Amino acid sequence: MAKHTLSILVRNHPGVLSHIAGLFARRAYNIESIAAGVTDKPDVTRITIVVKGDEYILEQVTKQLRKLIDVIKVVDLGYADSISRELALITVKSSKETRSQIIEISNVFNATIVDLTEKLITLQVVGNDRQIKGIIKLLSFFGIEEMVRTGVIALPYRSTRD
Amino acid sequence: MKKKGAEIIVETLIDKGIDTVFGYPGGANIPIYDAIYGRSEIRHILTRHEQGAIHAADGYARATGKIGVVFATSGPGATNLVTGLANAYMDSVPLVAITGQVPTHMIGNDSFQEADIYGITVPITKYNYLVKDVNKLEEVINEALYIASTGRPGPVLIDIPKDIQESTAKMKKNITVRLPSYKPNIKGNPIQINAAVKAIDNAESPLLYAGGGVVASGACKELFKLAKKASIPVALTLMSMSAFPTEDKLCLGMAGMHGTKYANLAIRDCDLLIAVGARFDDRVTGNPNNFAKNASIIHIDIDPAEIGKIKKAFIPIVGDAKSVLSELADKVKVQKRRKWINKIMNFKKEFPLSYENSGKKIKPQKVIETLSELTKGDAIYVTDVGQHQMWSAQYLKFKHTRSFISSGGLGTMGFGFPAAIGAQIGNPKKTVVNITGDGSFQMTIQELATASNYKLPIKIILLNNGFLGMVRQWQQLFFDERYSFTDLGESPDFVKIAEGYGVKGMKIEKPSEVERAIKSALKYKGLILLDFRVEREENVTPMIPPGGSIETMME
Ligand SMILES: Cc1ncc(C[n+]2csc(CCOP(=O)(O)OP(=O)(O)O)c2C)c(N)n1
Repeated sequence: MAKHTLSILVRNHPGVLSHIAGLFARRAYNIESIAAGVTDKPDVTRITIVVKGDEYILEQVTKQLRKLIDVIKVVDLGYADSISRELALITVKSSKETRSQIIEISNVFNATIVDLTEKLITLQVVGNDRQIKGIIKLLSFFGIEEMVRTGVIALPYRSTRD
Repeated sequence: MKKKGAEIIVETLIDKGIDTVFGYPGGANIPIYDAIYGRSEIRHILTRHEQGAIHAADGYARATGKIGVVFATSGPGATNLVTGLANAYMDSVPLVAITGQVPTHMIGNDSFQEADIYGITVPITKYNYLVKDVNKLEEVINEALYIASTGRPGPVLIDIPKDIQESTAKMKKNITVRLPSYKPNIKGNPIQINAAVKAIDNAESPLLYAGGGVVASGACKELFKLAKKASIPVALTLMSMSAFPTEDKLCLGMAGMHGTKYANLAIRDCDLLIAVGARFDDRVTGNPNNFAKNASIIHIDIDPAEIGKIKKAFIPIVGDAKSVLSELADKVKVQKRRKWINKIMNFKKEFPLSYENSGKKIKPQKVIETLSELTKGDAIYVTDVGQHQMWSAQYLKFKHTRSFISSGGLGTMGFGFPAAIGAQIGNPKKTVVNITGDGSFQMTIQELATASNYKLPIKIILLNNGFLGMVRQWQQLFFDERYSFTDLGESPDFVKIAEGYGVKGMKIEKPSEVERAIKSALKYKGLILLDFRVEREENVTPMIPPGGSIETMME
């Protein structure tokens, strides 16, 4: 099933997130990822949600979201056609022997080493879903100690549109 | 001058024209109760249970078209509103519930009588609030009333901590509600409307499928005009039973699971289905793939999310039923459609609603038929949930809009009697009849005290079959007659119960007594309960089994 990135502008209001999350829960639509943060306008929050589903589900989700009183705007960014980024912090096990390999991988993925001990390396990586999954796959070979992802945030590409 | 939060609540309600409130006090809303004490502009109806209060507010709203308002305290008071909120949400009833909450600094501490009613009611309200700042209170009440009653109506809950009710703020008065994100679409898109006009003009066998939205928007006249002008038969839902006069030849009565055979045949055979304020509920459609299989669909609804939810619409029109129907009625051609109307008339002649009348036991259908003949449609009929509800929808003949009140979407047993209280409060001059079952009535029977105290002259028609009849019917038909826990056993003496509440009661056991009993009840000036001992194992027919279609109908 296709993935969709929904960009939702809402009134910055306590309880908005629970209305939105509740809508998904109640209708059994699965959220792949959700991220929220204020926009340039302090009274407006942007929530980015990645959902999996066919056209019918997407249409239903969009209409139900638009129905919520606090929702100002819902845009389907199109999963493939938007700038989407996610940040991950990954703490991976490392020994003297493996340290250089891990650093090499982190270079390839443009990751930054943000913490280092004798036995552990913590990396910060920013990328789209594919890149994050890629580095996780490689690092899991060494043993991932702990990990956190922010969830996807996205904006439309402007340069390729008129 | 500064005012207390509780006074701001009451003042704002009065300013907005709210003159009737239903409710039940408690520790967390004493300030609100203190603020209405002695205020003659607001009539407060004290029920015996918060569920009774909210169903009464709901019945009041449905019968009058005004906003129903209900007060309850925190914790158990608030949670007792949950069923009523869900009920109003499913049937799109304009309602505002104002609950007390524990003081702000105690929220989240599992304090005495604390419940997160805001969180609990997110999925069953159109919108809800937890007010944490007394300066926002006036605005919130204004917004809540506006949201509840505009667009697709629905219940709104406002949870107000006790300290907010007690602290003070300046009242602004004349607040204009500004909700940038909420703009219900009233007028239909002109291009779509013209397309619909063309489709109607060109259709050979069009059919109107009207739902509760027609009643809610007050569009019954417009519906009538369109149907008559273009000769389009009308199939109704439980929610719209009183939207079209039953005796008109174009009226097909109720569609769906327990609908008339002719309504369902018309749906099967129509080439254009004009759905107005209806949401293709599964009790109407059965299997949606087989529903109106031969028709293209025009779907008119104020809620864009309803369009395409169950059935794809060939012409979707987002807008208010009254506005859209009025435009359609003006623009369509006058037509006779002799062939189609003849076919419909033959369906009506060939497959009428019927039941066997043995004459030994009282038939529930007969009671309703007699009630209908004696009231001639000049009453507000309020039902509970079960077989008696379906028989009411089948055998009552309606003349006036908002004269049939029933829990449709949620199917809430216990709704009927308190809703009848609300309907009678809103219409003191009209005859209000509550048709109920022995199961349903016992869910909110304590409200007899309320009705008795306020001297409401409601006529209670209890169809007493000793069973949870509708469930028993399903067990009989689909579970090999294994009547697991649907036999209510020895009936209580309803006449004595009524008398205990100061209400007149009558037990009727013989078919020959039915007419006289109803006549005398209608003549009687006060509250009266008629306990009809009816045929115990009567079934509602016809029936399309769940998920089925007209081909699988049982007669
Ligand atoms: C609150 C609630 N509980 C359970 C049900 C399930 N239910 C639907 S109809 C019905 C039987 C209703 O019995 P009664 O009120 O005696 O009416 P009858 O069907 O016998 O006319 C039941 C239990 C319901 N609709 N509502």
